[in-house]
Amino acid sequence: MKKILRDSEHLVRLVILAAIFVAVFLIIRKAVVPAGFGKYGHYRAGALDDIRARSISFAGHEACETCHDEQAQKKAQGKHAQVACEACHGPLAAHADDPSTIKAVKPDPATLCMRCHQADSAKPKTFPQVAGDHAGGEPCGACHNPHNPAM
Amino acid sequence: MDLNRRELLVGVGKFIILSGSARAALNGDTQTYNMAEHWWGMTIDVSKCIGCGNCVRACAAENGVPKGYFRTWVERYQVNGGDIEHPQVDSPDGAFNGFPPRGPSNAKSFFVPKLCNHCVDSPCVQACPVGATFDSPDGVVLVDEKYCVGCRYCIQACPYGCRYLHPTKHTADKCSLCYHRITKGLTTACCEACPTGARKLADLKNPADPVHEFLRDNNVQVLKPYMATRAKVYYKDLDGAVR
Repeated sequence: MKKILRDSEHLVRLVILAAIFVAVFLIIRKAVVPAGFGKYGHYRAGALDDIRARSISFAGHEACETCHDEQAQKKAQGKHAQVACEACHGPLAAHADDPSTIKAVKPDPATLCMRCHQADSAKPKTFPQVAGDHAGGEPCGACHNPHNPAM
Repeated sequence: MDLNRRELLVGVGKFIILSGSARAALNGDTQTYNMAEHWWGMTIDVSKCIGCGNCVRACAAENGVPKGYFRTWVERYQVNGGDIEHPQVDSPDGAFNGFPPRGPSNAKSFFVPKLCNHCVDSPCVQACPVGATFDSPDGVVLVDEKYCVGCRYCIQACPYGCRYLHPTKHTADKCSLCYHRITKGLTTACCEACPTGARKLADLKNPADPVHEFLRDNNVQVLKPYMATRAKVYYKDLDGAVR
């Protein structure tokens, strides 16, 4: 057989070597790049599902209102109509999922009202604020019902 | 088979409807969320914020934010004599327990809630060397905990200081705009807990969302517009002193 190039076996070896490099690269790439990478962009598409799968702590006021109709109606008539239940009662998704065994805890009266209504010059002027001897030492609940605070 | 035309048409109609609903039921609720139909942001009415810290506590409870770290926080500004270049700002423990009350004052004073701005051109996403921080197709900047190597580049890149390195996971962490909630049709934990409605989740692709009136009818600003990040947290009546 007539040789096309002098010492062409060197070239054959180079081509084989290059093919091995490419194969190894592809195998490593397949092993280290996670599934779905690049589906939406330069990130792992599965991360979206991972983040969406996290559990919720706040049930949302619609969930509360399906059972606590009386309180929801009372609240709807007062100044606190736009305040969601869990703004004061805290996160209660666990209670909403299993109302019989997991019970809601009553909010701490020491912070319940004053967290919002303590007077502060940084608060909007139109927001109702309490300063000085407004109650004469009486707890807020002596006069106000938190669900409908008007007296 | 003895089928007249009416029975046949009714039967075919029932088959189509029932097979369609069966498929929807099999796929489950989670599959009904279509990323292409949403573009998430938030609106903040500075003139409604009372600095109660409900949002900070709600965020920590919802997302397991470690103590001393914040995905959202509230700042109290005080501007003396119109000197907007030198405002006094405090945020004790990120306002986790609210603020110590401040008495009557002649200075201008107000609260500013802060969180990730979910920028369209996010510096953090551009800085991430491994693709662990990314813009989701519905406009939320998220962190892939399994892919983050904890290099902290994104923390340095964020012009708003919205990121931190999680002390036990050793990965970058930040506001996810409660992605696990908003994709289920709920609002974010901070918006749910905000008693005055100062914060509102906004879906900019939903034509029925009140965000469009909010943007049209108010004086609206984003934080650090000169950074050209195209932030999607819109502040109403933001003072020039806010940094």
